[in-house]
This record gives sequence, structure tokens and C-alpha cells, in this order.
Amino acid sequence: MKMIVAIKQVPGRDAPVHIDAVGKWIVESGLEYALNEPDAYALEEALQIKEKHGGEVVVLSAGPERVGTTIREALAKGADRAIHILCDDLGSRDALGVARLLAAAAKQENPDLILTGLQSEDLGLGQTGVIVAELLGFPHATMILRIEKTETGVEVKRELEEGWFQTVQLPTPAVLTMQSGGTKLRYATLMGIKRAKTKEVKRLAAADLAVDAVPVVVLEQTSMPKKKKSTQMLTGTPKEAAAALVEKLRFEVRVL
Amino acid sequence: MSRILVVIEQRSGKIARISWEALAAAQRLGSPDSITAVVLGAQEEAVSAEIAAKALGTVLRVEHPLLARYTADGFILALQQLIQNEGPALVVLPHTYQVRDYAPALAARFGEVLIGDVVSIGEGPVFTRQLMQGRLTGTYRHTGTGPCFVSVQSGAFPADLPPAALATIATFRPTLDPAQIRARPGEPYRASSQAVDLATAQVIVGVGRGIKAAENLPPIQELAAVLGAELAASRPVCDNGWLPMDRQVGSSGQTVAPKLYIAVGISGAIQHVVGMQTSRCIVAINKDSDAPIFEVADYGIVGDQLDLIPALTEAIKAVKR
Ligand SMILES: Cc1cc2nc3c(=O)[nH]c(=O)nc-3n(C[C@H](O)[C@H](O)[C@H](O)COP(=O)(O)OP(=O)(O)OC[C@H]3O[C@@H](n4cnc5c(N)ncnc54)[C@H](O)[C@@H]3O)c2cc1C
Repeated sequence: MKMIVAIKQVPGRDAPVHIDAVGKWIVESGLEYALNEPDAYALEEALQIKEKHGGEVVVLSAGPERVGTTIREALAKGADRAIHILCDDLGSRDALGVARLLAAAAKQENPDLILTGLQSEDLGLGQTGVIVAELLGFPHATMILRIEKTETGVEVKRELEEGWFQTVQLPTPAVLTMQSGGTKLRYATLMGIKRAKTKEVKRLAAADLAVDAVPVVVLEQTSMPKKKKSTQMLTGTPKEAAAALVEKLRFEVRVL
Repeated sequence: MSRILVVIEQRSGKIARISWEALAAAQRLGSPDSITAVVLGAQEEAVSAEIAAKALGTVLRVEHPLLARYTADGFILALQQLIQNEGPALVVLPHTYQVRDYAPALAARFGEVLIGDVVSIGEGPVFTRQLMQGRLTGTYRHTGTGPCFVSVQSGAFPADLPPAALATIATFRPTLDPAQIRARPGEPYRASSQAVDLATAQVIVGVGRGIKAAENLPPIQELAAVLGAELAASRPVCDNGWLPMDRQVGSSGQTVAPKLYIAVGISGAIQHVVGMQTSRCIVAINKDSDAPIFEVADYGIVGDQLDLIPALTEAIKAVKR
């Protein structure tokens, strides 16, 4: 099976969130970046399928130069090669604009499967994979925990709400968006990191893919969230804060 | 002319609260007579009658044998034909897992982009949604020329919909061919080991990724023991196998409403919060003072749980003595 795994570089979970000067995104300078976690599960699933059935795993990512470090990380974990769509204006494209870039690059590869995370940890749109499927005319399924290869395609375990699941069969080529937790993630080995340095990273300029970049939905403004409740903050040393909380639990909440 | 379409999701004739919330959101965007509610299925007479009793113009039964069971292909084709027919300015959907599965592709078919998981609607209209797992809020505007597709987050638009004069009910029959449905979905099933029922627990201690490792669980288990509490977990804790799946709270797991929920090292992502936000009292312990969990907490302590949990256990033991 030839598999493409679309991955995104996102601000690390512990990265500080400060709104930038124009109020449209967060201050990026000095931010640490990481591989979007659901994408890590997509990569892991692809690597396991390859180990079982053979094939090739190609990672695909759009973004500026810095995305290269995340691509190397995926190669170090075992992806065979990579495609980097160099794009400095990712933030001004909407989900359709980004999906157009990914679909155009993926199409040239004729994959059997395209995997990606079910959503990104920064924008959280949860749409990219589904739109890529639509643009390529492939069937898709979302929130997938496990993939089995069948005679004619794949059989997947799909998560539903409130602890329910469903099995879905799809012909290939198909797009699947992966949910976290279906399997354990691997770490890159020292050998893997060494090998990654020599693996092919094809660089495509976003402009060369000749896709429409005009957004139909724009993020006009970002702001810090508003509180729903007035939270009483309990301060002091751990001992003092704990004592204050116990006081509240006894006399206001009355659970002690 | 219908200006606003609202897609109502039903499963075996039952309408979930979030669909009514989508209707409530639509009512903020236009007058009742400009709203058409849409229900898809094979035979939706009873559900349609239930919807028609709310303040809206029309209920459209979108019916075809191939819509009896959800498939992305079937729903996208049916709604595509309906939208072409109706030419709405807005399409409002509940942000369910099913909608996440098809609405992005449906919008793309019109060259549009779904504004998903919306928590509020402002003058314009502009739509706000969470970014960075709830650590930031973003305001979006639709600038395309086609219909504006919006899905609303669970709980964001309270659905107290008073009964109104009966709306018109009509049927729309899309043209679908079995060959167009590429996926073969199976019956939904539950994990077999659903052993823990957290719904009846009075006190719950919820643990998140902030505990860092399974080795850090014992002090939290001790706290739960002195409180007579059940342990619950956020998704990453279950993903990593630190606690079993059946203790997961949130949209994919259980919904709980205890008297007291203590969230330890949980950031407060919406998928977790929807599962515990109706708890009577929420206490958050987190080292990040900006963590979104503090937005829903009654009491908060900023600090390292490694120090706070033993201190709390001691303090409780002291008053129980
Ligand atoms: C479709 C879908 C369904 C989902 N379903 C669910 C669901 O049912 N349930 C669920 O929980 N999630 C669900 N998620 C995942 C959800 O989006 C979040 O990723 C998840 O809830 C985050 O878990 P967390 O808060 O434990 O981890 P994180 O977001 O990583 O937060 C860890 C927190 O711990 C704090 N912390 C770190 N160290 C310490 C310390 N020493 N002391 C105190 N605090 C510390 C940090 O400041 C941070 O706030 C779902 C996601 C999707 C896309």
C-alpha cells in the first residue's frame, strides 16, 4: 500500500499564548513547535500497516521552512520520504485553501490511502482530511482508531459519541482521519534519526501547485476566552490553599 | 424562499438536544418563518411533526431508502440537491461527530468552508469558535458568495424553544443511486467492558495529562479514597493506558454531573468539558493560570498537583478525624 500521511506542525502544548499586534493570531517568535498529536497517530498507523503489508509511507506537510524539523521527526520515526509544500501564508488560507494544496500534491503520488489526524491542536477545524477526500473524489471516514486491509480496500473502526463504535468498509483509494488512542505511539530511535538525514524531502512551492488561495471564510480577530463562571482562586502555599479548599467544601459545597 | 436551513439530527426517531440548539442558533440569525428545518432518513413522519411544533417556517422531510442509515456519500448528495433547490443563505448544523464527517465535504462542494464548532454569534453575522484547544477565541466571517455553513457547539445556544403555531411539513425526495454510496457502515456497538458507571457518582476526581505518568496516580487514588470519590480521566490518560477507557469523561466517553468534580492536571478542552460541565461544583487544580478549565471552575488552585494533592488529602483527613 502506498500511503500518504498529511502532518501539521503546531505550537507545542506548553507554548505561551499571547495575541499578536494585529490581533489575528498569536505571537510566533520564540514559540516551540511540535507534530500535531492526532497526526502522530496517523503516522503510527501508516507505519504499522507498512510493517504488516509492505508499501511506502510518504509524509506531506504544508508550511514555512520551520516545518522541516517536524518532517525530519516523521522520517526519523520511519516514514520513507517526504513532500514539503513551502508556504508562508498558510494562516491566511482557509481550510479549503490548505486542502487544495495538499490534494494537488497528493494527487501526483497516486496513493492507496491518505491518512491524517482528525483535527489540529491549533485551529481545531477538523476538516482538512474530509475536504482533501472531496477534492480528490475519494471516499473517506473520520475519527478512525484502527485500519485493517481487506481484499478491495479497508475496514476501519470508527469512534462514535459516548463510547460507541462502528465498523466501516471502504474501497481504496480513500482518506481516513485518525483519532488518538487506537495504538501506542513510537519514539524515534537514534538509528532512525541518523537515517532521516539522508531521506528524500521533495520541496514544492505553493505557487507552483496553482490552486486558488482566496479564502471564503476569514479569521478576523483573536481574543482571550471569557470566563463562564466567576472562579474563586485559592492562593498561598499548597498547605494553605488546601486548607482554604477544604473550608469551602465543608461549608459552601457541603460535601465533607 | 427559505433563507436558513437547519439540519436536525435524529437517531431512531430521537432528536438530541444539540439539534434543538442548532435551531435556537438559527432563530438568532433570522425570523422563524425564514427557517426551514431538515430531517434526513427513510421515513421521518413522527420526528417531523415534533419539529413542526417549534417556531419555524417549514419542516422538510428529506427521504430516501438509502438515507435510512448514515453514510457521508448519501447525506452529502441529498443535502447538495436540497441546497441547490432551496438556495439558502445559511445552513446551520449541530456540531456532532456525524456532522464533522460530512459537512466539510458538503461545504467544499459549493466552494465554501464550514465555520465549525461555533460558540457564539455576533452582529454581522460573525461567528466565534475556540482555537488552541480553548486557550484562545477566534472570530470568523463568511466572505464567500455561496451559502454560509455553520455548525454549533453543544451547550452554546440554550434550547428552550417554546411551542409555536404548527409549521408546514413538506417532503423532498433526492435522487440517489446505490452505486453512489461507497462506504459500507456497520451497526454501532459499545465496548464490551463498560464496567464503571460514573453517572451516579457523587464525587469524582478527574485526572489529566498533567499528572505526567501513571506512577503519579497513587497520591490521587488516596485523595479519591478519603473523599469516597470515583476516579475519572481525560482522553490522553486513557490513550496512554494510565487508566482504563471506561473512566474517560467527555464527548467520546461518559457524561457526569456529580456534586463535586475535582479536575487535576486537565486543561479544559471542550470535548472534556461537555462531559462534566453540569457538575454542581467544579474545582480545578492546574499549574497554568490561563488553562481553560478555570473558565468553568467554581474554585481554582494554581500550582503543581504533585504538591497540592498530598496537602489536600492531609487537610481532608484532618477534618474527618
Ligand atoms: C472528536 C474528539 C473527541 C474527544 N473526546 C474526548 C473525551 O471524551 N474526553 C476527553 O477528555 N478528551 C477528549 N478529546 C481530547 C480533547 O480535545 C483534549 O485533547 C483532552 O481533553 C486533553 O486532555 P488533558 O486536559 O488531560 O491534557 P492537556 O490538554 O495536555 O492538559 C494538561 C494540563 O495539565 C496541566 N499540568 C501540567 N503539569 C501539571 C502539574 N504538575 N500540576 C498541575 N497541572 C499540570 C497543564 O497546564 C495542562 O493544562 C477529544 C478530542 C476530539 C477531537
